[in-house]
Amino acid sequence: MRVRLVRLGSESSSILRTPAERSTAPRGKASGAFDRFPSTLTPTNRAPVPYVSPYVAGVGIGVVLLLSFVLMGRGLGASGAFSSVVTAAVSTAAPQHAADNAFYARYLDAGATNPLKDWLVFEIIGVVIGGLASGLLAGRVRWATEHGPSITSRRRILLAFAGGAAMGVGAKLARGCTSGLGLTGGATLSVGSWLFVAAAFAGAYAAAPFLRRAWR
Amino acid sequence: MAPLFEFGRFGDGTSLVIAVLLGIAFGWFLERGGMGNARKLAGQFYFTDLSVLKLMFSAILTAMLGLFWLSWAGLLDLSRVYVPETFVAPQLVGGLVFGVGFATGGLCPGTSCVAAATGRRDGFALIAGMLTGVFVFGEAFPALASFADSTARGAWTLPQALGLSYGTVVGIIVAVALGAFAGAERLERRVERPAHAGLNGAV
Repeated sequence: MRVRLVRLGSESSSILRTPAERSTAPRGKASGAFDRFPSTLTPTNRAPVPYVSPYVAGVGIGVVLLLSFVLMGRGLGASGAFSSVVTAAVSTAAPQHAADNAFYARYLDAGATNPLKDWLVFEIIGVVIGGLASGLLAGRVRWATEHGPSITSRRRILLAFAGGAAMGVGAKLARGCTSGLGLTGGATLSVGSWLFVAAAFAGAYAAAPFLRRAWR
Repeated sequence: MAPLFEFGRFGDGTSLVIAVLLGIAFGWFLERGGMGNARKLAGQFYFTDLSVLKLMFSAILTAMLGLFWLSWAGLLDLSRVYVPETFVAPQLVGGLVFGVGFATGGLCPGTSCVAAATGRRDGFALIAGMLTGVFVFGEAFPALASFADSTARGAWTLPQALGLSYGTVVGIIVAVALGAFAGAERLERRVERPAHAGLNGAV
């Protein structure tokens, strides 16, 4: 028995589509209701797994964050792990250069340990495992590119890279990101963290109109 | 008395195991809430899907209240909890730049890992971009250091800055968050209602 695959929700390219389906002609957006469901290829006889309410997921993350404070006396983070990885790479390629650089030096701990043996690096490894586990159980794991119907996935990849580069610079200037400053700094009432979050939302909303075609 | 690590209840090795376990839970909830999907995240900035706001504020509220009550109950020593330091100018400028990148990329550092974990090429691209950005920043740091280290205020908290009590600030944030949730629900309903053809699949 052949199972007919039905596509729901937002458009995304996938290796399972035929060349004709993969053409970049805009296909039209699904209605608002389907935006609540993940985009997924799913057999017609099985309902897609909807996302959990953001309030519920948020409280869940809040509990994890609180546990981190209670157990470790520190909160969660993310961008710091990226710094450790870059530092480890630069230090391997040019140890003296890394040691002399005040930024990399922060993550080198005077050469005492491998910069990758870092709390945030281990936490991010966990994030990957947890994300994969949840995705697998929900049937949401697949090789694809999330992008709006009006742009190609190639354009999307370039924008993702560019956005990532900007966030890399911004996060290092601010000494954190939405996790380390937004969540951890937010919960501990750090002034600079709240300023960062306000500035980040302002920057995003200011840029959004220019990027409309990428998403809508 | 918490934080347990600060009071020597376990060592570095255990703390790294805890990091992985907390990370697994963090990644799990991020994916459950759809935060690994860049299109869903980007909806925040077009007012169609305000999940980012709801999820972040819910998490902040939960942990903030937890810290407040555990400290009030004498179970947690707040002075041993790490408060991210304030650098006014770098965090405002860095925030703006980060925000532009967020709208462009549709994912943040943490969620990009969830996206990549679930096979999204854009997640991988964003991670590559981030590593590049961090590298560029690192190499340029000698020139940026004086700005990056400027306007430092240490572990400055909102109660200190506003001259209000800890409890008052917590109460204000709870009120603001609940108001934001109510506003977000109404805003999403209004945008969802098909006001004109463009929203309903017409190209």
